[in-house]
Amino acid sequence: MMNKRLKEKAGFGALAVLTFLAVVPVLAIIGYLVWQGWPALTWEFLTQPPRKFLTEGGIYPAIIGTLALTVGTIMVAMPLGIGTAIYLVEYAGENVFTKLIRIAIINLAGVPSVVYGLFGMGMFVLTLGLGRSLAVGALTLGILTLPIIISTAEEALLAVPDSYRYASLALGATKWQTVRRVVLPVALPAILTGTILGIGRAAGETAPIMFTAAVVYTPRLPDSIYDQVMALPYHLYAISTEVPNVSQHMAFGAALVLLAIVGAMNLVAVVIRTRMRLKRLR
Amino acid sequence: MVRESFQEQLSQLRNDMLQMGNLVENAIDMTAAALEYQDLEMAEKVVVEDDNIDQLQLAIENRCFSLLALQQPMARDLRFIGTALKINTDLERMGDYARNISKIMLKIGSEPLIKPMVDLPRMAKLTRQMVSENLTAFVQQDRALALKAAGHDHEINKLYKNTFTELAALITRDTNTSTVTQSVYLMFIARYLERIGDHATNLSEWIIYMITGERLELGDMSTIVINQPEA
Amino acid sequence: MGDKNKMETRNLNLYYKGFQALINVSFPVKENTVTALIGPSGCGKSTFLRTLNRMNDVIEGTRIKGEVLLDDENIYDAEVDPVVLRKQVGMVFQRPNPFPMSIYDNIAYGPRIHGRKNKDELNEIVEKSLQAAALWDEVKDRLHKSALGLSGGQQQRLVIARVLAVDPQVILMDEPASALDPISTAKLEDLIHQLKSSYTIVIVTHNMQQAARVSDFTGFFLNGEMIEYSVTNTMFTAPRIKQTEDYITGRFG
Repeated sequence: MMNKRLKEKAGFGALAVLTFLAVVPVLAIIGYLVWQGWPALTWEFLTQPPRKFLTEGGIYPAIIGTLALTVGTIMVAMPLGIGTAIYLVEYAGENVFTKLIRIAIINLAGVPSVVYGLFGMGMFVLTLGLGRSLAVGALTLGILTLPIIISTAEEALLAVPDSYRYASLALGATKWQTVRRVVLPVALPAILTGTILGIGRAAGETAPIMFTAAVVYTPRLPDSIYDQVMALPYHLYAISTEVPNVSQHMAFGAALVLLAIVGAMNLVAVVIRTRMRLKRLR
Repeated sequence: MVRESFQEQLSQLRNDMLQMGNLVENAIDMTAAALEYQDLEMAEKVVVEDDNIDQLQLAIENRCFSLLALQQPMARDLRFIGTALKINTDLERMGDYARNISKIMLKIGSEPLIKPMVDLPRMAKLTRQMVSENLTAFVQQDRALALKAAGHDHEINKLYKNTFTELAALITRDTNTSTVTQSVYLMFIARYLERIGDHATNLSEWIIYMITGERLELGDMSTIVINQPEA
Repeated sequence: MGDKNKMETRNLNLYYKGFQALINVSFPVKENTVTALIGPSGCGKSTFLRTLNRMNDVIEGTRIKGEVLLDDENIYDAEVDPVVLRKQVGMVFQRPNPFPMSIYDNIAYGPRIHGRKNKDELNEIVEKSLQAAALWDEVKDRLHKSALGLSGGQQQRLVIARVLAVDPQVILMDEPASALDPISTAKLEDLIHQLKSSYTIVIVTHNMQQAARVSDFTGFFLNGEMIEYSVTNTMFTAPRIKQTEDYITGRFG
């Protein structure tokens, strides 16, 4: 009896320690970033272009570039990904063709991001002659995010109870009416959350944009989708490896800003999710 | 087999019904003997034992109502319980008539009878046979036998008519008080026996309903004396 | 009680992949009556119900042979659009399944997908349907609150109101009270009783007392076959077939 209780306590204790160990690195990274990066965060740093071969000035064009790439990625990946998921879940049914598509999606998810970068360069930049540009970067990142969006959207759609579909169909709704008016609204919070998380991940990628969209330095902000842009991850990569004599604070400051952008996106996902869930129950 | 406790209760009800039937059968049997041999002890016994019948009737009714309330019987089971409720009442009434007859016999006492006891004991025996055949039909789910049982009512009614006419004639011939009194007593006995026969016919009707679900009207109205002009 | 067959199946066979789920079912559904379908689990009664509004079409691998008539027209004819059919033959499911929207939007859903947009018209339909489903008084002050906040019994009546809003002729109910408490069940049964003057109702139920209480006619299904069809009263006092008797007296297996 006593023995059992002791074992139980020991078990929970061990689990608590493991959880703590898992959280420690996260806290350490954030703490270290804030500690090292905070001094660099000035108004000038956030609103000015870099100067003197990136060793001074700010990161404003890189922030804007990353935001632009993110918006572009959303525009590419969301319709494509959600559309695919809807087709797979609601229309296609189980057959060889859909199985092949699913296998392809799973494999796509396993491809290293640098391969996407090379593909983007080969396909869009060279073969289609689009040149390195915001558009090509967004396309490449979009394709990179696609598997995540498709599979989270698929899961979200599958999680919608069939009873809703049956109810709608039994009222004489067509399949499309059912999907658009009942299934999608129910699945949307989960789809959006998954999409934003996936895109947040993409916003931090360096390799795919290295060959397709990003430049080490341009003081200009993009005015068309065919412009090249600076981007935070690539900027970070450049000042840490290619440019000598950069203050460590500047690198960590840029990293902190990148983290904040991704964090803000995740926060938006959480807010959307909780708001929609509450709305449904009210 | 599912619903075991329900089945168990149904078979208990079936046993109670058989016991009820046996008690009534006995009561009629003893009544027949009391009539045939002017056996007052026997008549006394019928009167006393009628209490058992009344008690069992109550117990059976209670059992039926709880089965209806708690088990929501359907189809065959519903017909069985409904039949039990109905024939339970019939049997109890038959018991009452047997008691009434015995009470009359006690009133007549051992004074000499104005006419030999032939038809009345015969009627009693016929009603007994109806009850007995019906009980067998009830147990063996034998529709034909229940039908046969009801057939005896015709003869009972005939005997009733004869007895009645005979006694009525006796009264007109001999207006001596004791003759008139006994004639009226015997008329009542005949009437009660005829009623027992009618209730026994009801048993047949209900038992057939229980077996097949069909509703038959077996009463042989044309032979019932009430419809006779002279009665 | 109409003598006209509102619906009727003739030698209906249904195959699901290799399995024959319905065998030669010929079954009448009389107009403005309640017809109950009873039978043990897996006997085909729910499958049969779903053939009446072609909800089986939704399930892949289902094949049908025979006829299902609605007003003497075969609903499986090539020119019949199941979407149009389901507007005429509505369905209520086992678990209450209101959409995660407001009460109002739930009721207005059907009319809206069928092209009604006029606000006054929709208001009227919503009120009328909720009233017909005996729910109006309970929800009239919270029409724009989520339907998921209603109790199970209210949700089931809401779902019925939602069906009524598309103005069907036949309403199919698949064990509509199986998830409800006794009082909600009683209300639902009252409602079914009221609705039969304007609609033809077919109800699948596991609860034989319920079938006995609400229906005018009863069909007993066993292993994909329709064993007996009778006036409900006859069915539960003196069924003709031994299998029926064994089932409704609980002497099965």
